[in-house]
Amino acid sequence: MESPALDVDNLSVEFRTRSGVVRALENVSFSVAKGETLAIVGESGSGKSVTAYAVMGILDPAGRVSAGSAMLGGLDLLKASADQLDNVRGREIGMIFQNPRTALNPIRPIGRQIADVLIRHGNIPRSEAPERAIDLIRSVGITDPKRRAKAYPFELSGGMCQRVMIAIALAARPTLLIADEPTTGLDVTTQAVIMDLIGDLASEIGMATIFITHDLALAAQRAARIVVMHAGHVIENAPTRELFEQPRHPYTKMLIAATPDRVANLDELISIPGALPDLRRQNLPPCRYSERCTRKLMDCDQPLPHVINGSAHGVACRNPLS
Amino acid sequence: MTALLDIAELSKRFPIGTATGPLGRLRKRFKGGPDHLPHVFAVDDVNFTIQKGETVGLVGESGCGKSTLVRVLTRLLDPTEGSVKLGARELSLMSAARFARDPDRARIQMVFQDAGESINPRFTAFEAIADPLRRLKKLRGDALKAKVEQAATRCGLPLELLSRFPHQLSGGQRARVGIARAVGVEPELLVLDEPTAALDVSVQVVILQLLQRLKVELGMSYVFVSHDLSVVRLLCDRVLVMYLGKIVEAGPAREVFDNPLHPYTKALVSAVPSIETRGVAKLRLQGEPRSPIDPDPNVCRFYGRCQVGVDACKTSMPPLRKVGTDREVACHFAQASA
Ligand SMILES: Nc1ncnc2c1ncn2[C@@H]1O[C@H](COP(=O)(O)OP(=O)(O)OP(=O)(O)O)[C@@H](O)[C@H]1O
Ligand SMILES: Nc1ncnc2c1ncn2[C@@H]1O[C@H](COP(=O)(O)OP(=O)(O)OP(=O)(O)O)[C@@H](O)[C@H]1O
Ligand code: SF4
Ligand SMILES: [Mg+2]
Ligand SMILES: [Mg+2]
Repeated sequence: MESPALDVDNLSVEFRTRSGVVRALENVSFSVAKGETLAIVGESGSGKSVTAYAVMGILDPAGRVSAGSAMLGGLDLLKASADQLDNVRGREIGMIFQNPRTALNPIRPIGRQIADVLIRHGNIPRSEAPERAIDLIRSVGITDPKRRAKAYPFELSGGMCQRVMIAIALAARPTLLIADEPTTGLDVTTQAVIMDLIGDLASEIGMATIFITHDLALAAQRAARIVVMHAGHVIENAPTRELFEQPRHPYTKMLIAATPDRVANLDELISIPGALPDLRRQNLPPCRYSERCTRKLMDCDQPLPHVINGSAHGVACRNPLS
Repeated sequence: MTALLDIAELSKRFPIGTATGPLGRLRKRFKGGPDHLPHVFAVDDVNFTIQKGETVGLVGESGCGKSTLVRVLTRLLDPTEGSVKLGARELSLMSAARFARDPDRARIQMVFQDAGESINPRFTAFEAIADPLRRLKKLRGDALKAKVEQAATRCGLPLELLSRFPHQLSGGQRARVGIARAVGVEPELLVLDEPTAALDVSVQVVILQLLQRLKVELGMSYVFVSHDLSVVRLLCDRVLVMYLGKIVEAGPAREVFDNPLHPYTKALVSAVPSIETRGVAKLRLQGEPRSPIDPDPNVCRFYGRCQVGVDACKTSMPPLRKVGTDREVACHFAQASA
């Protein structure tokens, strides 16, 4: 494998709150190669967005990276200066956020907002920006792009705003795209258009993609590799096919079973028993799943091997399924 | 038997180019007002009914008019044309602002597209749930407290969370506050616009089972807008499929998804990713979609992307017609399959 586009190693993040320190991420490692799509999946609150924010250098002020590195080429994003980060963000790393409507400027037509980004990144002459903005609006499947370019965000549906955000993130043709739930809120045919667009850019310019989602079926369809997170830990990291055919972590297996794909009625759907542990607790066990796990052994209270980055199929469990 | 809700010939059009601000107002004055402006046909001549106790799913492409339709039928928006009847009462003639204070307001409630953002951040969970009870049921003091707690308990929200603000709750807990708020006044019709989109599967399961239970306990009807077809299939009795402002297919949810008749529904169903197959969809929509801005009334809205599409499709609009016993399709060529 050539050198990865992004290499995250032992990333730990804490949040200070009035009621104690939230240990949101602990020793998170993964890497994504040029042109590759890596999915990060896991329950709500497992740390997917925090991982993305840490890499982008946009953590909440209460948050702090307590350890680790995130190498983009030769630059460690976690130690980079504000200037260096500004230079990289938007141009080399594009990000699609989870709440798109709030990220758009409510009083500026969407075509202008896209053109602004194109001009800021300076890859095209100012005079061509409006025309190029219209092309981008068309590319995310919005009809009548010429007239729609003049619309304000409130005149668009929820999913249309989301697609405008995606157009903005892709406008700079970044080398790394971090997409946080890019297609939740889109119907499946539009979702396919967007995912194809991302896929095309990946093969055309070798863009690496970190695709955060809670839709396992979509991750299965689009990612070469999947990282499973639980309560701030990476608990499994495997090539997609292996992950579904032979999940090794008990949590991964539960997650797959909780997908409403093929069951005949609602009662057959299982929810994963228990909840994520409170991450403010002093006495968090080494395996943060152990209090919910049915395969727990005596040994599980011993420190865990954390998922080794780069190994073909890594699992952080003392009693994995085989 | 009269239906709980009867929607007839309902349309909602938005003029475009009426940008707010002085420039927009100036432009409007010189062009001669909204009638001369182009319009987005967000909802175009829609007809359907909802029976008591029925759960109706509403699916369709992003931007096809689902949110607009449900905002008109909950009377948060005024229709451009058509009728919305709740039982025997016609609601379309009353302005949305008047209906907000009407006693019948309590009979239709809505849970919004993003539950988290639609709850006032300065309200505790208690206040959020209490607010409609105060306004619409005029409850105060102990009676109010009892009702709020009952709604919270029904929705599986632990009472100790009632004093928290939205940002102190998890996504799943916020979704429950949104539902408890709507359910508290015991509406006959609850409209949910993508209530589970932001939730992961394990929280989603709990919310869906909750809705199922409330339906039995309170005899409520639902309109459930969702992009998740597997969820619609599990929860809904009937499904309406929308495409560019029109209903193009309607019928029992399972039958429609197992055996779609309209070419758009076929493409939609085949695009659902599945863990088992993992491959990318076989039936991909090709071609340029038609614009919802001043569309030609004599051309099928799906023409241009449709795999069937022939000359007849661009000279006459296929009406929604009955096919077989309980299916409806708006396509010239759809037939009940054996
Ligand atoms: N500003 C903050 N202060 C305190 N805790 C925080 C803060 N931001 C995030 N957290 C905590 O960090 C953990 C991870 O949150 P994160 O937003 O990354 O979850 P997620 O996996 O993206 O979930 P979702 O699927 O709901 O988006 C959660 O326990 C959350 O409560
Ligand atoms: N206030 C408005 N002014 C002008 N056009 C509007 C307005 N509100 C909605 N529209 C237009 O009406 C159409 C339908 O929008 P609507 O929000 O109902 O779609 P939707 O089916 O809910 O989509 P999504 O799945 O993306 O939420 C879109 O073309 C949208 O641009
Ligand atoms: S009427 Fe024609 S264009 Fe429209 S869906 Fe049917 S076959 Fe396709
Ligand atoms: Mg998140
Ligand atoms: Mg909507």
